[in-house]
Amino acid sequence: MLIVVALMACGIITGYLLRNREFIRYTGKVVSAAIFLLLFLLGIAVGNNRDILDHLDTIGLKALVLTVAAALGSAMMAWLIFKYVYKKQN
Amino acid sequence: MKGSLTIIAFFIAGVLLSRFNLLPQRLVQSDYTLYALYFLMFVVGISIGSDKQALKALFKPNLKIMALPLGTILGTWIGVSFASLVIQGMSLPDCLAIGSGFGYYSLSSVFITEFKGAEMGTIALASNIIRELLALLLAPLWVRYFGKLAVISVGGATTMDTTLPVITKFSGKEYVVVAVFHGFVVDLSVPFLVTFFCAV
Repeated sequence: MLIVVALMACGIITGYLLRNREFIRYTGKVVSAAIFLLLFLLGIAVGNNRDILDHLDTIGLKALVLTVAAALGSAMMAWLIFKYVYKKQN
Repeated sequence: MKGSLTIIAFFIAGVLLSRFNLLPQRLVQSDYTLYALYFLMFVVGISIGSDKQALKALFKPNLKIMALPLGTILGTWIGVSFASLVIQGMSLPDCLAIGSGFGYYSLSSVFITEFKGAEMGTIALASNIIRELLALLLAPLWVRYFGKLAVISVGGATTMDTTLPVITKFSGKEYVVVAVFHGFVVDLSVPFLVTFFCAV
């Protein structure tokens, strides 16, 4: 875990030092490519794992419950902020 | 939406290829993922470091404009904490790590896969795709019942790109700047927060 944080910190410093170089503009594309590769590899891990394939329904249900709760929680916070921060200013 | 389809296509291609044994065993049982992830985090760092706006948001946060992204993050945590009480087999940190994807399913799911296993990674992928869909498909309902900022909060990290059109339509043009800034900050927080909750 520490390695990941350290690598990201190194990346931030590297990015800052090289911020005016032409090739920096392509970092977004490189990030996308790396993500595609990683999701392909995740797919391979899932396809190779009977345990997950046999429980796709419960996995989907867990994801749905989790996400509805997350969406409701953030919507309520947004409502409070709308009422007490945004409306008050106007 | 096109981006999401590409991502799902890569994932499904991987599932099918390994399910039907169309791949060399060496590739299936390897640790390439970890190195790809290290590479990804380094490049994400570069993209933050070379971006003036990102550095500013990271080191000079302005409390007033930060209210909504902070509310989104806090509200998500509150919501998934309740969910962790009813979902069997998932700990509070599991739920918080997955919730902290805020709809940024690609980055958060590969990360969670590496540190919590393929099952949690799959839940993270599904959960964060559903989050984007909830914002896109239910936009008018969020606005009607929870006010104009709600669809931005539900959109999470996606409000500066994929969900921006529905926000423009249902919250109004005057919220575009709020939405872009919100998406930007929440998006930026994902690698930090997901790492954190994978570590605790």
